[in-house]
Amino acid sequence: MSKVIEGIKYADSHEWVKVEGNIGLIGISDYAQHSLGDIVYVDLPSEGEEISKGEEFGAVESVKAASDLYSPVSGTIIEINSALEGEPELINQDAYENWLIKVELADPSELDSLLDAAEYEKVCE
Amino acid sequence: MEELKNTCLHDKHVDLGAKMSPFGGFDMPIEYSGIKDEHNAVRSACGVFDVSHMGEIFVSGPDAEKYVNHIFTNDITDAPYGKIYYGIMCYPNGGSVDDLLVYAMGEGRYLLVVNASNIDKDYAWIVEQSAGYDVVIDNQSDYYGQVAVQGPKSEEVVERVLGLTVGDLAFYIFKEIEVEGETIIVSRTGYTGEDGFELYGSHTYINKVWDVLIASGEAVPCGLGCRDTLRFEVALPLYGHELSDEITPLEAGLGIFVKLDKEEFIGKNALAEQKALGLKKKIVGIELLDRAIPRAGYPIEVEGEEMGVVTTGYHCLSVDKSVCMALIEARYSALETPVEVRIRKKTFAGKVVKKKFYQKNYKK
Repeated sequence: MSKVIEGIKYADSHEWVKVEGNIGLIGISDYAQHSLGDIVYVDLPSEGEEISKGEEFGAVESVKAASDLYSPVSGTIIEINSALEGEPELINQDAYENWLIKVELADPSELDSLLDAAEYEKVCE
Repeated sequence: MEELKNTCLHDKHVDLGAKMSPFGGFDMPIEYSGIKDEHNAVRSACGVFDVSHMGEIFVSGPDAEKYVNHIFTNDITDAPYGKIYYGIMCYPNGGSVDDLLVYAMGEGRYLLVVNASNIDKDYAWIVEQSAGYDVVIDNQSDYYGQVAVQGPKSEEVVERVLGLTVGDLAFYIFKEIEVEGETIIVSRTGYTGEDGFELYGSHTYINKVWDVLIASGEAVPCGLGCRDTLRFEVALPLYGHELSDEITPLEAGLGIFVKLDKEEFIGKNALAEQKALGLKKKIVGIELLDRAIPRAGYPIEVEGEEMGVVTTGYHCLSVDKSVCMALIEARYSALETPVEVRIRKKTFAGKVVKKKFYQKNYKK
């Protein structure tokens, strides 16, 4: 079944954030990509935009449905994963390798309220 | 909420690992291996769908022909045995009760195949309208299971794997076949834009057919997900989207199935008037210039004003484009008219195009 990996933080809305210093990579979980099915489009914001924790910042769309993305952290978007524009199906292939946006964290203490792998696994049950 | 019903193949879908979801009051398989794979299997080879959720209502009796003509927009007068008619049941105001197939079973007997979500509503409607007609109305939806075998290889698969002779069936023709102590119905029909067959039989028989097809590996199990992408690409309407109590068959572009020269049928006057006055809104195709996907319910805008709504939309699988069908004010329905679709916080530029995004490949 779907994979949950250690070393990253999860939101119960099925996004993950991987932190390196004050930079966070944000993606969707394997559970989320599996529920969506074949992903055909990723709607991402622009670089330089500010986002707040819990705010909608885009959508991942499978053939059958659009699923809104909610940011697990607040900060400034410093990069979007442009590879997904031409190959959105990369998320189906590996949801943890293929991040969506890179954010400069505004408040690293927000990470404390996110779920670790064991807690997130329970959300997916 | 009403409890979900299961089709006779429900447990088989679960065993195959299908993603299940409610549709039309039934717990139905949406996809098995994935919508894209299943979609491509039907376009290129052969897929099998469980469509046992569809409703089967028989009308028979001395007034059956007259009565079916009374509630149906198409004309079944003097229908020969084996012929199938597509059409709509309308309300007096022209709005659609449902779209359906009528099978002429001979000797004044007709089989009406209706949408799963509308079985109870349709049955009640058909009974209600029959006052004064000498007919017997018999809802056999719980008896019949149904599978659709669809795709360019379906004739070969049905003949070789199932051992049924169907090569003699022309498009929209059916026959009854005696098999394993029962009479099944096989028609050259479908909802994918490809050649294919629909088989109606007892739950036992339909389970056998399903098992044999899946075991052969020659028919890919297909869910309702790709059933929708397939029918959408060839502009076949889905009740509740392109047709509804508020969308008439003329507005849906189904005028060829509305025989206004027929003596009478429910909704005729309203539809004749709508035709004479000109349509105020209609279903069109829209192609977006971007990859963003227009989904059902999203607004269509012209110069910032809402002028319509998306009825079904996808990133089309057979043609690499984001497209939709939409109900739009008729004055914006001409081909090439620039429109915008509002998707979440942004609007995306598009234009009106022919709603058939992919050419049908029927064997006629």
